[in-house]
Amino acid sequence: MDHAHFTPIASLVGGLLIGLASALLWIGNGRVAGITGIVGELFRRAPGESRWRLAFIAGLLGGGALVHALHPAAFDLPHGGTGTLIVGGLLVGYGTRLANGCTSGHGLCGVSRLSPRSLAATCIFMGAGMLTVFIVRHVGGTP
Amino acid sequence: MRPAVGFVCGLLFAVGLGLSGMSQPSKVLGFLDVAGGAWDPSLAFVMVGGIAVVALLRRFAPARPLCEPAGYPPLRRRGIDRDLVVGSTLFGAGWGLVGYCPGPALVSLGAAVPGALLFCAALLMGMAIFETSRRNSSR
Repeated sequence: MDHAHFTPIASLVGGLLIGLASALLWIGNGRVAGITGIVGELFRRAPGESRWRLAFIAGLLGGGALVHALHPAAFDLPHGGTGTLIVGGLLVGYGTRLANGCTSGHGLCGVSRLSPRSLAATCIFMGAGMLTVFIVRHVGGTP
Repeated sequence: MRPAVGFVCGLLFAVGLGLSGMSQPSKVLGFLDVAGGAWDPSLAFVMVGGIAVVALLRRFAPARPLCEPAGYPPLRRRGIDRDLVVGSTLFGAGWGLVGYCPGPALVSLGAAVPGALLFCAALLMGMAIFETSRRNSSR
């Protein structure tokens, strides 16, 4: 185990805040805090839904700037060069829309209500992520 | 009022992601690298904390959302279909390649992390391709 980088308390508290944000969006707006849906549904016309979605995204971006100003160590660089970033972004964008959810919508909101569909999605994307890391790091070659 | 709720929730979500370690791709890949001998299980704690709060607070949710007179939307009960399996597999592969899922990518874009803009542009392109393919197939 990697004891040097293990941060159980910060990760737990971060998780509590993410959960609080998700629960508040449900209680306040009656909407599931799935980042994939919030971003992806902007491509479709949905009267009355665009403004809160754009505001949520503005909050995510503003929050990123705020965290960076207070604690730059909360960020590091994404893995890979230009090609990997493009391929990875395309896979994540297309895949999450096809699966109708990502780490937040399926992994957090769906799993917390024990939706079989979300439990399956979470096992599959975690498994696929682990397999990809295994191939990249341990089978050899860089993508 | 709904945009204000959306903004505050987005802000809180971003702070949570930043604190949790999800905005550090090296940490995400360290969590996904279960075979590396130096596994970092921190991100399991993010899931546990988040799931506990959502499950708990949903029990205390009011009969109607505070800012949505139409009530809660029905949560569709769909089965585990091919789209879910294929989509989650593709998503997991991209996540394991780069270390970003959609939320942390956007938060990193807000923090002006090099590479985040390119990733987010490709992510939006992937979503746009999905929309186009869906539109064509439904004709």
